[in-house]
Amino acid sequence: MSENTNILVVGIGGQGVMTATEILAEAAIALGHDAKKTEVAGMAQRGGVVSSHLRFGQRVLSPQITPGTADVLLGFESAEAMRWQHMLKPGGITLMNTARLVPPVVELGLFDYPEDPLAEIRKSGNKVVAFDATTIAQNLGDIRLGNTVMLGAIADHLPFGAEVLLDCVLKRFQRKGEKLVKLNRQAFEAGRAAVGEAETAAA
Amino acid sequence: MAAVMPVPAASRVLMSGNEAVARAVWEAGVKVAAAYPGTPSTEMLEVISSYPDLYAEWSVNEKVSLEVAIGAAYAGSRSFCCMKHVGMNVASDALMTLTLTGVVGGLVIAIADDVGLSSSQNEQDSRYWGRFAHVPVLEPADSQEAYAMTLYAYELSEKFQVPVILRMTTRINHVKSLVTVGERNEYVGAGFKKEPARFVMVPGNAGKRIPLMFARDIKLRELAETSELNFIEEGSDKRVGFIASGPAYMHVKESFPNAPVLKLGFSSPVPFEKCRELAAMVDLVVVVEEVEPLVETELKAQGIKVIGKEILPLQGELSPNVLKPAIARLLGEPVTETTALAPMQVFPRPPTMCVACPHLGVYYTLSQVRNLNISGDIGCYTLGAGHPWNALDTCVSMGASMGVALGMDKGRGEADKDKRIVAVIGDSTFLHMGMQGLLDMVYNKGNVTVLLLDNRAVGMTGGQNNPGNGYGIHGEEAPRVDFAKLVSALGVKDERIHVVNPYELPVLFKTIREEVKVPEVSVIITDQPCVLVKDYHKLKPFEVIDDKCTGCGNCIDVGCPAIHVTRRGKEVKPSGREVDLAFVRIETSVCTGCGLCVQPCAPKAIVHHVQTSPIQLVTKGGCAA
Repeated sequence: MSENTNILVVGIGGQGVMTATEILAEAAIALGHDAKKTEVAGMAQRGGVVSSHLRFGQRVLSPQITPGTADVLLGFESAEAMRWQHMLKPGGITLMNTARLVPPVVELGLFDYPEDPLAEIRKSGNKVVAFDATTIAQNLGDIRLGNTVMLGAIADHLPFGAEVLLDCVLKRFQRKGEKLVKLNRQAFEAGRAAVGEAETAAA
Repeated sequence: MAAVMPVPAASRVLMSGNEAVARAVWEAGVKVAAAYPGTPSTEMLEVISSYPDLYAEWSVNEKVSLEVAIGAAYAGSRSFCCMKHVGMNVASDALMTLTLTGVVGGLVIAIADDVGLSSSQNEQDSRYWGRFAHVPVLEPADSQEAYAMTLYAYELSEKFQVPVILRMTTRINHVKSLVTVGERNEYVGAGFKKEPARFVMVPGNAGKRIPLMFARDIKLRELAETSELNFIEEGSDKRVGFIASGPAYMHVKESFPNAPVLKLGFSSPVPFEKCRELAAMVDLVVVVEEVEPLVETELKAQGIKVIGKEILPLQGELSPNVLKPAIARLLGEPVTETTALAPMQVFPRPPTMCVACPHLGVYYTLSQVRNLNISGDIGCYTLGAGHPWNALDTCVSMGASMGVALGMDKGRGEADKDKRIVAVIGDSTFLHMGMQGLLDMVYNKGNVTVLLLDNRAVGMTGGQNNPGNGYGIHGEEAPRVDFAKLVSALGVKDERIHVVNPYELPVLFKTIREEVKVPEVSVIITDQPCVLVKDYHKLKPFEVIDDKCTGCGNCIDVGCPAIHVTRRGKEVKPSGREVDLAFVRIETSVCTGCGLCVQPCAPKAIVHHVQTSPIQLVTKGGCAA
């Protein structure tokens, strides 16, 4: 069923990876697609790895993305973006936050954090766009806006228009007041612009 | 967790399997639902509790939850109980007799198998309970089926007066897909009808019920043969036909869209004739099931030629990239190499305890006390087995830390004669299965120091309420157990019971060191809330004065994820010994000011953070709220 679109969202527990994937699924459904969303998030609340799979299309069977078939990899953290490269299809694209979240095993000196994940990904020949979503969110006043920034970042790499996705994001905040709607709209547009600029610079 | 209650009938909703089951339970008019939380089953009851017009409870363990459901079903109402796979081991004592009495109102038991071990101590196939207890098993393959099969399970349960097992796996529980929902139908219970020959299972009565159970099996198998839940899709490529259930069916359909498939939704008792029908259509039959060769073995015993675990893995999840090469090899076709890159080497990122977790102090302290053998238990504190603490030596099953510790004490070899035995258990875990073990330990005069880590929540599954925190499933006030009085009632001497603040490391250290020397049972209760629950209050964050930091790394040994190394170095001691240095900083945006790292810091380099700009404390993941 190669007509399905496969999107893999990765990061660590607490970053909002699963929420972001759910909003992407809602957008696909709003456009009439069948969709399935699943994740491997065993004990992710405790700082572990989260990888959330979204598949949509006319009819989705298996919920999991087969390695080598993801169309887009949305990476909330740079080492995680690197960890999941094997999931991408040839010609697939990685959109990654440059933030580095260093786990205790690295702080203890048991393992090394990769020096330059972005360079490693580039070396593999895969397409990648990097931007600093965390700083964008902090500059808007709240680090928790990070996953809306990430959704903005993927907005122009979907087989449907960015407006549908933005609508789904904003719907979540409508009941929580105009201020949050406005902030999330800004975060979304900032993420979208950051990816656009990074791509233009690379071209 | 999303409450889907306001959604009107006929809506198409993106739901996890757990949410879909919850909706169906509500629509079926269920009156009583009970569970103990456990991944991947937890959300079923969480969502059920958000619906009106039914009673929901967190029980102290799975056996009790099933007993509550049994009582309601005997009383003529519809009832529901759910658990993760290991929970059924606990509940099985009740199940094996329930199968004899049967039910009056429908009773559905949803069991969630953690196939692939995302967060469990073992991987087990709960379909065996269907065979063992002679009860039907339904196996959904996605959320819509989970919803529909739950509704059907109540009809089936009442028609045959039998409990029904709904067997789910992580890829049903935690996969979201579209569901079309309906409306709630009130179910009017029959009321309890006294029938001791049926409900009082003394040997004389039970013996008479067993033949009825076997007669029921025959009728259930006949029904499975004609059930719409078991259907053949003919397909055009007759070389291999598949028999599959649950998510395995989806993987088969994705991998071999043109192959004939028998999908088993009503998978126990196995519909043998249907399987023969498929076998007659194709050259080879492959049974695809997660995880044990259960259907495969039964079919082979019937003389039906099938292939299964000879070519498929005996553990873990199946997926198209497992199935495709296995079938290609079976057919002697070239195995198409995947175009995927080889995975890049990145450090492991194991789960760790939260910033400021009260267990950090306990494990840090345990890692500083010598000559301990530490028996552990299920829950967040299992993480104490990891770095930097390495302070947990066993973990078997929920509550087992007590009995295992006593056994390590009584069975100690010469090599361990000077070792002290410590058992570590959480509050909810203690109430679940630990109490009996502690009683046994006291009664049999064990020499064990028990650390009862009361963080007022079932932390690992998301902080559900339990009798230890004084809140019910809806957050309403409830009687709260007094752990000190409880362990006293179990026979622990009052002078051997200590309640200690786990953030006060010197007190904790002294208490543990003294109690391990006393040759009898001691219980040290640590009493601070989980950082994820509402009782937790943040304090002013700390920071490191860089000039004062000597790089000793003592604070890193506490294991708090808010501490980060800024640079490393080496120092040569007067003795000539070379020491590694690690200079640190504290991530002030996540530090909650618990002060654990301050205590082992000799140069007093950790001080309260002077706020220069507005700090955004991160409380939870998700969008800004």
